[in-house]
Amino acid sequence: MSEAAYNFAYLDEATKRMIRRALLKGLAIPGYQVPFASREMPMPYGWGTGGVQVTAACLTPEDCLKVIDQGADDTTNAVSIRKFFERTAGVATSEHTAAASVIQTRHRIPEQALTERQILVYQVPIPEPLRFLEPRESETRKMHALEEYGLMHVKLYEDIARHGAIATSYAYPVRVEGRYVMDPSPIPKFDNPKLGGMAAIQLFGAGREQRIYAVPPYTRVVSLDFEDHPFEASKAAHDCDLCGAAHSYLDEVITDDKGGRMFVCSDTDFCAMRRAEGHVGRLSPKGAAA
Amino acid sequence: MTLHRTINLDLDSPLLRVEALTKLYGARIGCADVSFDLYPGEVLGIVGESGSGKSTLLSCLAGHLACDEGRVLYRNRDVVTLSEPERRLLSRTEWAFVHQNPRDGLRMGVSAGGNVGERLMAVGARNYAAIRASATDWLGRVEIAAERIDDRPRQFSGGMQQRLQIARNLVTSPRLVFMDEPTGGLDVSVQARLLDLLRSLVRDMGLSVIIVTHDLAVARLLADRLMVMKDGRVIEQGLTDQVLDDPQHAYTQLLVSSVLQV
Amino acid sequence: MYVATKGGERAIDAAHQWLAEERRGDPSAPELTIVQIREQMALAVNRVMAEGSLYDRDLAALAIKQARGDLIEAIFLIRAYRTTLPRFGASQPVDTDAMALSRRISATFKDAPGGQVLGPTFDYTHRLLDFTLMAEGEAPQAARKPADPAPAPHILQLLDRDGLMEPLPASDETPPDLTREPLEMPADRPLRLQALARGDEGFVLSMAYSTQRGYGRTHAFVGELRIGTCAVDMEIPELGFAIEIGEIELTECETVNQFTGSKTEPPQFTRGYGLVMGQSERKAISMSLVDRALRWAELGEDDMGAPAQDAEFVLYHCDNIQATGFLEHIKLPHYVDFQSELELIRKLRRDAGAETCKEAAE
Repeated sequence: MSEAAYNFAYLDEATKRMIRRALLKGLAIPGYQVPFASREMPMPYGWGTGGVQVTAACLTPEDCLKVIDQGADDTTNAVSIRKFFERTAGVATSEHTAAASVIQTRHRIPEQALTERQILVYQVPIPEPLRFLEPRESETRKMHALEEYGLMHVKLYEDIARHGAIATSYAYPVRVEGRYVMDPSPIPKFDNPKLGGMAAIQLFGAGREQRIYAVPPYTRVVSLDFEDHPFEASKAAHDCDLCGAAHSYLDEVITDDKGGRMFVCSDTDFCAMRRAEGHVGRLSPKGAAA
Repeated sequence: MTLHRTINLDLDSPLLRVEALTKLYGARIGCADVSFDLYPGEVLGIVGESGSGKSTLLSCLAGHLACDEGRVLYRNRDVVTLSEPERRLLSRTEWAFVHQNPRDGLRMGVSAGGNVGERLMAVGARNYAAIRASATDWLGRVEIAAERIDDRPRQFSGGMQQRLQIARNLVTSPRLVFMDEPTGGLDVSVQARLLDLLRSLVRDMGLSVIIVTHDLAVARLLADRLMVMKDGRVIEQGLTDQVLDDPQHAYTQLLVSSVLQV
Repeated sequence: MYVATKGGERAIDAAHQWLAEERRGDPSAPELTIVQIREQMALAVNRVMAEGSLYDRDLAALAIKQARGDLIEAIFLIRAYRTTLPRFGASQPVDTDAMALSRRISATFKDAPGGQVLGPTFDYTHRLLDFTLMAEGEAPQAARKPADPAPAPHILQLLDRDGLMEPLPASDETPPDLTREPLEMPADRPLRLQALARGDEGFVLSMAYSTQRGYGRTHAFVGELRIGTCAVDMEIPELGFAIEIGEIELTECETVNQFTGSKTEPPQFTRGYGLVMGQSERKAISMSLVDRALRWAELGEDDMGAPAQDAEFVLYHCDNIQATGFLEHIKLPHYVDFQSELELIRKLRRDAGAETCKEAAE
């Protein structure tokens, strides 16, 4: 494909304007799902088309873009999306959280706290937190409009009744600024506390479902729970085996066929940064320890 | 959970006032020119054959169907012109609706406890233990064993499902309950038990009820007053005993006598 | 020693090279040309144009070549390309009455003004493999006769004249544009028809078939099926009047359905409508059946709970590009979500285990 044939960041300016309008509306009504005329993108629906359109609408030539998938910069889909913007927008890219002005993510929030100069763009598969309780869009929109969220708690009630605990471990529903119940995209619930009071702008794009929503900086975001079964941000009870971090989200890696496994930070940039600073973990090469 | 409200019910003014309510299906009359008052704590029975317009009337009153003419004043507010948010709020707080088929009124995929707890959570209850205690209490009041609290309604008999539906509706102590043939699909012995239960709940909680039934025995047992409907119109109304023991209208006489012959 | 998986970029590049090689196949076999695909795989080209919503035979043929014959992949290529095209304006509605017909049949009348034209159809061919095509595929020229100059009005108009068809008030209202506005429910008929016109042929076919088998039955007859070319006129602002900018091939199907009448309408026939770009009659007929099934509410029919009556179900699931993308995205890494599920299961099992131990101890 000849890049010159396409507009900056692929989408034409009229489309970007349409998306920006939806973004502004989303920021004005935190957590509200704004319908937008999602375009057919050159990557499949479900592979981040919503996030890509939001990123395309936000990028300026001066931006520095970071793309992560499952916390890592080097997973195939993250590479593919980063390449897409390198080709169509020619913007600088980086794997360093602090260096990026726009971060597109799938399923994670970076460990390192974001700043007011950054935008975090989430890829969202199913934006409707009520979808699996009520399949009808016409009905769920009404439920949001009328703040009829009793059903959401029925689901949590059923979890506790059956399992003794709330059995939702990712895409854990939140209430934004005391009004809209929102799906934070399939981030692990470990990341939920970072959603609230964040300095950066958080934008959510669901391409196939044609929805955009947003959380402005320093917004109150509360994970749904019961008073006597409070929300708990859990992770594997281990430290990172490479950098020793005790409070980062971990991937479990199977190392042999005899049950051997190790735990490593899912945020690869965070882990690398800590190792560069001299932190070590259980399986760090000998001699690396200070 | 405090189940008893401390509101001041003005017992002298009607809770519900219906004025000249009319619903047409094209040229056919659903119900026409129906007017009545319902006072707090009163049980009004609407009787008639199937097709007499009693279910249409009930649907219009509960806001499930839009009526063509007339007014329905609930505590002096016209519910016909109520916006959908207001109406939905009303129907999960001060109103309740017991369907003939419990499947229409229950969430079949949700446990008994979740079914009873839903209305509580819908109005803001956020303490799991309290919700569960309240659900357990209500299961007891409708004679469902506490250990069935985590079972789904699918595993219940028809009579149990209907009692569960009643518990789910009454848990937030509504003021006005609409019932559409609540004993309809049940065996005679199960019916009798349910009627007993309904009667004591209605009396204990001081509920105002509008109950639609084709079964005059049900009407006699539960209703303070009766309205007899035919072809969409009210042809006779009065105190239950008066209507059933001394029917004035020829149709009511026929209705009463046909029951007595059984 | 574990190192976080690196090399995604290299793997992707290598995979793409391999893909290109596979697409070409054995280099000793001559390479397919776009013209060959356009001319000899015309129905595949038509489907890609219809579901890709872009009328360009050469681009559709290119997409088929690039997609190695995977038509959904080809449709996807066309859709993505379509996104980047500037929109100069909208044409005037095409006049299918004035269609230059290559095929026109009616199942409801033996003959009608304009006649029945069988056209190039698989109907009545015996589905026997023709082994001569393995050697050479030259076809003798079919017999020709000059086109009938008599007009061929829509057959349903004839019923209309007798007042037996439901009235269809004409409207000059600009229909909503599915590709420029988000699909929102409830969708009106123009929007539903747009979605069906670019919906997956297989999905729409199965939905239509389900109505025939009783799931939302509407007793459809093919009132008329016509295929041919129509002029596309567009008003050019600088000129101030409409000029013909080209012509496109269309397949149009109108079904006649029984209707027993409602509280406001007397018994009469109702219609279902299908219009698809290119020659695609299976799709056009399917579309008209599904269109008719979706009209139950406006006609005062019962909701029988049939899938084809459920506009949300049909419209949200008929697009194969949305469907295939979402389906295939589960191939992407999900180890973060999976990890959190793993922890939850372990925790729940631990809690359950602790309880059993406690009970045993008591």
